[in-house]
Amino acid sequence: MRAPMKAKVHVTLKPGVLDPQGKAIAHALEALGFDGVADVRQGKYIEIDLEHGSGDSGGDSSGDSSVGAEDRVNDMCEKLLANTVIENYSVEIES
Amino acid sequence: MKSAIAVFPGTNRERDMAEALEMASGRPPAMVWHRDAELPDADLIVVPGGFSYGDYLRAGAMAAHSPVLRSVAEAARRGVAVLGVCNGFQILVEAGLLPGALLPNASLRFVCRDIGLRIVNGRTAFAGAYGAGRTLRMPVAHRDGNYFADADTLDRLEDEDRIAFRYAPLDGEAADRFNPNGSVRNIAGIYNEAGNVLGMMPHPENAVRPDQGSTDGRGLFAGLAAALG
Repeated sequence: MRAPMKAKVHVTLKPGVLDPQGKAIAHALEALGFDGVADVRQGKYIEIDLEHGSGDSGGDSSGDSSVGAEDRVNDMCEKLLANTVIENYSVEIES
Repeated sequence: MKSAIAVFPGTNRERDMAEALEMASGRPPAMVWHRDAELPDADLIVVPGGFSYGDYLRAGAMAAHSPVLRSVAEAARRGVAVLGVCNGFQILVEAGLLPGALLPNASLRFVCRDIGLRIVNGRTAFAGAYGAGRTLRMPVAHRDGNYFADADTLDRLEDEDRIAFRYAPLDGEAADRFNPNGSVRNIAGIYNEAGNVLGMMPHPENAVRPDQGSTDGRGLFAGLAAALG
């Protein structure tokens, strides 16, 4: 049994969307004496363990299931993990 | 008017909503649990306020994919009137029934106070009892009520007369204070394209009895009862 693959998902606010939390963090860093903080944007980081082969639509039996996995995690982002009205996302699959 | 209220784990305004609906229509609404895919026959479906699923991930994100919401979406497509208040508004935008998104308040604080609510489009079943231009007093109680949409979407909402309500000053309220959450263009409520779905952050169900400090919410429920029979 192979170890599950890990999907690493970053969800970030789109440019132009107000991020009051990021602004508050930037002010706090400034107050702590950290110079040169031009801007802070806060996002989310999500890890998902994926079983090999589960839900692969392509039926790829050659062993490289990371391609199917990336499609699945992109789909997860579109449907739930990110709100694409306000957020961008990026997916990285680690075997 | 037959009405139904969708209830999720973490919903907390469903009793207030039921009271307001019964006061206006004379009949108690059906309460529908989030796992029920079957909605009873209803002229109005309400998605009430609260913290469905603990606001996990994003306010409304989980509830938007629940079995009952799929039925609400289907009913909305058939033209059934749907009202989302507060968390209900967040759920409707997450489900794609209304455009835009609700971000954390610009103050980063939970805001619970009365606001002024100006009727922008009063020619609908929801706001017909009021008439455009009137300013109502109603409470808000939320942390994520900061309405956002891109400029094209906002222009389209305005061109199509789909802004239901904007925040407005109550008597003597300062110009930089009346918007409680930083909503773009002071938007407090919007309609879908067909006009049968309304999402709003303020709580009309908490402005129906004198002891609540305002009875300005009554008109919304009375208007719906009159329009939907």
